[in-house]
Amino acid sequence: MRDNAGWMLVLAERVLNDAALAEDVVQEALISAINGLDRFEEKSSLKTWLHRITVNAALSKLRKQKRLAEHSIDEFLPEFDQYDCRIEQAWTHLASAQDMAEDAEARDHVMTCIRSLPDAFRLVLQLRDIEGYDTGETAKLLEISEANVKVRLHRARAALKKILEPVLRGEEHR
Amino acid sequence: MSEQQSTGLMRRLKGLMLKHMHSMITCREFEEFVMDYLDGSLPGAQKKRFEWHLRVCRECREYLAAYERTIDFGKTALGPADESVPADVPEDLVRAVLESRKA
Repeated sequence: MRDNAGWMLVLAERVLNDAALAEDVVQEALISAINGLDRFEEKSSLKTWLHRITVNAALSKLRKQKRLAEHSIDEFLPEFDQYDCRIEQAWTHLASAQDMAEDAEARDHVMTCIRSLPDAFRLVLQLRDIEGYDTGETAKLLEISEANVKVRLHRARAALKKILEPVLRGEEHR
Repeated sequence: MSEQQSTGLMRRLKGLMLKHMHSMITCREFEEFVMDYLDGSLPGAQKKRFEWHLRVCRECREYLAAYERTIDFGKTALGPADESVPADVPEDLVRAVLESRKA
């Protein structure tokens, strides 16, 4: 149990953006898993099954807290001029993910930027791009349409790009 | 003609070309196709237009590269939770779960 509870806490905290709530959620998820162990069909690994139970428990907590409202992130979206041409400052340098990974401060900054996105966008990005759920699975978990998952994911990525631009351009990030 | 006027004229010409030339799409239309292009689900004709646009538009080419790098940054900085360094599990959490089994 202890082996799984460790990564389940990381997962719940990522979904909830709240360490104290994450403990409650993991406790509920583990109790729910133990009570429902006879429903585990071994079609997937135990880890995959626990992953989904944790995400569902965390999302249920967010729903109770009504934190899934779709706040606007329009200010971070791409801009176009009157001729429908993109307004994009020239890129003379694009940092590599490897360079970022080796810089602890840059890595923390990326995590902080992801956490700063409104929940409705952050969750789609975390489930699809980071936890590896596909569009259909993400739609089911979040109880929204697949088309909405795609729209939110694109907006979340575009907004994150804008927020991360100083790091991506190799400029300072604090 | 000032540099600003010259840039404005170039953008206007580019916008007109992308809007009216056969097999071209505007930057705004390009934006609508980004997700499907990266997922590999963009139909053939649209994919061709998308890739033509990439060839002629510096702004969209650089935007797409930075957009893809942003996805890599997110994956690299966090990674799947079940592969991350596990958090310390509080004793009271373990106790509460164990007690629920006895109940």
